[in-house]
Amino acid sequence: MSSTAAQSASLSSATGAIVSLRDVGKTFASGVGALSGLNLEIHDGEFVTLLGASGCGKSTALRIVAGLIEPTEGDVVRPAGRNGGIGFVFQDPTLMPWASVARNVSLPLKLAGRRDAQADPGVTSALARVGLSEFAGSYPRELSGGMKMRVSIARALATEPKLLLMDEPFAALDEITRFRLNNDMLALWHDVRRTIVFVTHSVFESVYLSSRIIVMTARPGRVFTEIKIDAPYPRGNFRTSAEYAASCRTVSEALERAMTVS
Amino acid sequence: MNAQDRITRDESRQRLERAVRVVLPVLALGAGVLAWDLLVRLRNIPPYILPSPGLVFETLLNDWPVLWSSLLVTLTTAFEGLALAMMGGIGLAVLFNRSRLVEYSLYPYAVILQVTPVVAIAPLLLIYLPQPLAVLACAWIVAFFPVLANTTLGLNSVDRNLVDLFRLYGASGWQVLWDLKLPAALPHILGGLRIAGGLSLIGAVVAEIAAGAAGAGSGLAYRIAESGYRLNIPRMFAALLLLSVTGVAIFAVLSLVTHLALRRWHESAVGDEREA
Ligand SMILES: Nc1ncnc2c1ncn2[C@@H]1O[C@H](COP(=O)(O)OP(=O)(O)OP(=O)(O)O)[C@@H](O)[C@H]1O
Ligand SMILES: [Mg+2]
Repeated sequence: MSSTAAQSASLSSATGAIVSLRDVGKTFASGVGALSGLNLEIHDGEFVTLLGASGCGKSTALRIVAGLIEPTEGDVVRPAGRNGGIGFVFQDPTLMPWASVARNVSLPLKLAGRRDAQADPGVTSALARVGLSEFAGSYPRELSGGMKMRVSIARALATEPKLLLMDEPFAALDEITRFRLNNDMLALWHDVRRTIVFVTHSVFESVYLSSRIIVMTARPGRVFTEIKIDAPYPRGNFRTSAEYAASCRTVSEALERAMTVS
Repeated sequence: MNAQDRITRDESRQRLERAVRVVLPVLALGAGVLAWDLLVRLRNIPPYILPSPGLVFETLLNDWPVLWSSLLVTLTTAFEGLALAMMGGIGLAVLFNRSRLVEYSLYPYAVILQVTPVVAIAPLLLIYLPQPLAVLACAWIVAFFPVLANTTLGLNSVDRNLVDLFRLYGASGWQVLWDLKLPAALPHILGGLRIAGGLSLIGAVVAEIAAGAAGAGSGLAYRIAESGYRLNIPRMFAALLLLSVTGVAIFAVLSLVTHLALRRWHESAVGDEREA
């Protein structure tokens, strides 16, 4: 036990990764193989996007990174003593229907034993960031689908985690809110140098946000190819540049090829 | 203008619907009582076979002191039974939820208690226990299982992602229970309590009737049995009336509690909210 911990610590410090998946496979009890031979390293301070067809195992991979499920094959290596906390935004809002928005957002603080968590400045600022300050006292059923998703994002931000895992957080939002939250996300990531692993279906979103895009094959998912996006941050005018269009084309083509290999 | 029209039309239709919901049951009940009264009058049925509604009401007023004290006894038993069933049912469900071993070992007992008719257990309990305790035990036995079964169902139907979320943030077992599982199970628990409330009254009545022969009781059911022996049929009816009103009242109170507890968030209570 202690030897593996020491080993994993040395391995990860050698590669600079905060989480590495090695030859990870996941077959569910139902017999569905979601992942097979997935190799993935998440480095400190990266903005990594997982891109792939529906059902290719992106959510499963994210859960394995979070430690919520164990792989059936391969290893997950985490450096010992890394404890900046993890924030997770599920694909569904996953709110407690019996609790107000403020109570939902303050949940991580409360579970960490913070007294009077609802009044915490972290909660107020997280709510302001997603534009829901006025709705602190509302209940989830009184919100639209997109608003619920924003509450879920605010909850993940409330603890200011070092590693933020987000599963298609903006899929249900309109273009304008989505752009604004994209920019917010980037600002947040840039300010505090946290690490973000992001899942999306959108090629455009992935190119705009990421420092690295991981294109996955169809189920059972593994890495098809990795594409680095070298444009410097902040990316204010990136969206209108020729470089952006070219990257989008590259990624689209890669995705198309990834979907045809098995 | 058009929209305004539609809103007023919607409103008036809603008001009508609400009125119908109150008026219709009252009319139906009134018609039943009237038919009963007519039957007694036209057929000249003697009161020791079927008393008229008026006579039952009169008896209710005349015998009020006796009936009232009996009602208090039965009501106290029913509520004590319900309270014990609530504590026992929820407590045991939580225990089951924490430990499979306990669940597998104790669940058969719970089922046996549930499936054995309480009428059959009551005489036995009356032998082993002093009468008030035996009556309470019967009320508890019948009320206990719905609370246990519903709470168990509620505790097991928590959103898996929420459980994951709590785990991710390092929640203790106690926090998962108190902040996640119990609130998520609340609608089920309250549903169980609503069933248990009526059953608890039934359990108390059954035990009192079974004890009736011994003649030491003082609850409403004992009054019914006693009036039966003495062929005091009007009083029997009066006590019966009081008993069903009590049952309805218990159900209404528990429904109100459910509504108040869930109205902000649960779908079952949202519909009422929108109309109100
Ligand atoms: N708990 C589970 N039990 C059984 N099979 C599962 C489970 N979760 C996921 N799967 C299966 O694993 C495969 C990958 O699922 P996953 O949710 O990771 O896909 P995804 O890439 O996130 O898809 P989407 O983009 O549509 O969200 C699917 O075929 C799914 O049926
Ligand atoms: Mg998914």
